Amino acid sequence: MAKLPKPEELSKIDLTPPKTDWMDTPVVFKEGMFCHGSKPKSLEIVGFPNPREWRPADADWKLPENWKEILLEGIADRLKKYRSFRLFMDICVRCGACADKCHFFIGTGDPKNMPVLRAELIRSVYRKEFTTAGKIFGRMAGARELTVDVLKEWWYYFYQCTECRRCSVFCPYGIDQAEITMIGRELLNLLGLNIEWIAGPVSNCYMKGNHLGLEPHTIVGNLEYMLDDIETVTGKRIKPTFNRKGAEILFVTPSGDLFADPGTYTAMGYMMLFEELGLDYTWSTYASEGGNFGFFTSNEMAKRLNSKIYAEAKRLGVKWILGGECGHMWRVLSQYMDTWNGPADFLEVPKSPITGTVFENAKSMKMVHVAEFTADLIKNNKLKLDPKRNDHLKVTWHDSCNVARGMGMLEEPRYVLKNVVNNFVEMPEDTIREKTFCCGSGTGLNASEDMDLRMKGGFPRANAVKFVADHYGVNMLANVCAIDRATLKALMEYWVPSVGVCGLHELVANALIMKGEKERTTDLRGEPLPGIEAKEEKA
Amino acid sequence: MNLKNLLQENRSAIVNQWFETVVGTYKEETRGPLRRQGAPFTNPVGFNTQQGLEGLFDGLLKGMLPSDTSRFLDGIVRIRAVQDFAPSEALRFILQLKTVVRNKLGEKAQEPALAGELVFFESSVDDLALFAFDLYMQCRETIYDIKAKEARSMTFRLLQKAKLTTENQE
Repeated sequence: MAKLPKPEELSKIDLTPPKTDWMDTPVVFKEGMFCHGSKPKSLEIVGFPNPREWRPADADWKLPENWKEILLEGIADRLKKYRSFRLFMDICVRCGACADKCHFFIGTGDPKNMPVLRAELIRSVYRKEFTTAGKIFGRMAGARELTVDVLKEWWYYFYQCTECRRCSVFCPYGIDQAEITMIGRELLNLLGLNIEWIAGPVSNCYMKGNHLGLEPHTIVGNLEYMLDDIETVTGKRIKPTFNRKGAEILFVTPSGDLFADPGTYTAMGYMMLFEELGLDYTWSTYASEGGNFGFFTSNEMAKRLNSKIYAEAKRLGVKWILGGECGHMWRVLSQYMDTWNGPADFLEVPKSPITGTVFENAKSMKMVHVAEFTADLIKNNKLKLDPKRNDHLKVTWHDSCNVARGMGMLEEPRYVLKNVVNNFVEMPEDTIREKTFCCGSGTGLNASEDMDLRMKGGFPRANAVKFVADHYGVNMLANVCAIDRATLKALMEYWVPSVGVCGLHELVANALIMKGEKERTTDLRGEPLPGIEAKEEKA
Repeated sequence: MNLKNLLQENRSAIVNQWFETVVGTYKEETRGPLRRQGAPFTNPVGFNTQQGLEGLFDGLLKGMLPSDTSRFLDGIVRIRAVQDFAPSEALRFILQLKTVVRNKLGEKAQEPALAGELVFFESSVDDLALFAFDLYMQCRETIYDIKAKEARSMTFRLLQKAKLTTENQE
């Protein structure tokens, strides 16, 4: 008979997982942690390689026979093309400063989400194939063979990075993990290893001009619904124009704002503001997407999708472009568009027709972010605002990674916010401005099938929101990013259900006193304004 | 000395050991960052776990009902419900408190005078574990609910456009 362990012995059983070196720890695909694989049609439309039906959880990914050759050539090409990539492959000393700065590492507790280790997934192959030390000493030099399992590990973890760049703030060498992930995803795309939540919007954008595949009549129809709601709230009927040649300004925003709440309230806010200003602007049903999911596949694809913006501005003969509230859109437009598809010498340096302010910062790319535009209006006393209409809200501000950390737009939205609400509370210092925590769903990871990943990645952000909700009664999380508006809603529902999510211009429009408007009794969401119920009871 | 006083005396050692048990469920490289103290916002998993365990232990000592200490339990379970743990692994830490307590009390745990109190304490831990199971399920159900709501929100305008929605008539 087998010896039965005594209770004292049983209590000494070590329940901790065994330690294995990261190279020997195989990747396990867990439901809720990854998105569906790209569909063949989505890849075919834009000419991406290896379109076929495949499922990430399957053993056989239906790779081309010479996949390894393709990938190694891909790495070699990019090492030649991007000096930053070569530098980032060589200079990391593995000091670990970045290790616990990633929201995915914090939330998942998975060491392979430490930025240093995520980069090592590629670096180890780089060493083996492209460095003498790696070729000779192999594993001793941190090098390893490129195998199908390694490839799967890349796929799993490069789609667990939102390119938020928080780690790079802390890296003493300034290694930008976002760029490593970008290259990682580019390489995976050489083999048709994309996710449908990105590939679908990319093909939609290529064919229809926007991620959601909204056709012109649908765009107009959706905005009509919003105009009905605006009329109900303000008594004013707004008539925006579409594809109007000769307008002074082309307005471009993420298509998400046209489609689902709470983004739609932000879109209503834009239209109310522009109406009040009498702005000579037009929407475009062709350049109907400011966002760019191509940016999450390859540099080349991002460039192709972006080209419609300047092309449409030229076709319509506008003077400059105004951009709506978006995060990655702004990074793509502000940092890449001019290089990719410029020079936009057919446009003028943006000048606010209301204040006369010339936006020197946009001298070359000729595009202004609506938060800058509105901040300038308020600074020059051009808006009549009643922040009391937002008194039912205690608002905190989420700095969206791309606009805040990426582009340094920290003060403009705060300035606007402080002028349109009376109750504003900052989240703790380590979680805002350049150290802001990501929503956990950026770079095309805002699908539903990876909800567990999103909840984990967004936890550090939600944790800071919970703090201001518990201590200061905050009930609204405002931001200038369409992906944030769509995904923080879900994040709050899980972690801090008492907090809602809104865009900046929803709050602007609530506070905006419009000429000839009726007395407002509700905000844009149809919720009674503060004091209205008491007033009605009295009557 | 009664059990309550003994546990109170050993509070810090027991909670620390209990915390280490939870930390031990994560991979080796992750444990160091989780132990980092005084970082409620940059080490939220470690912080919420530590705070939660302290609150739960104090609640048990005071004989509080699990529902009265649910915010501490929620602080831990809500995190573990989305992390890569099977439900049993996610909640095992609660039952492990019994082992931690017995280890810390050593031979004193065998004293007949404490037996009754110890059984009562351990059954309170069991109750807490059952309560945690309810909480865990609520978390998972919330996730599925969020997924359903996202799908609904994405299609609402389409349904409205196709005149397939009805408004409540007042």
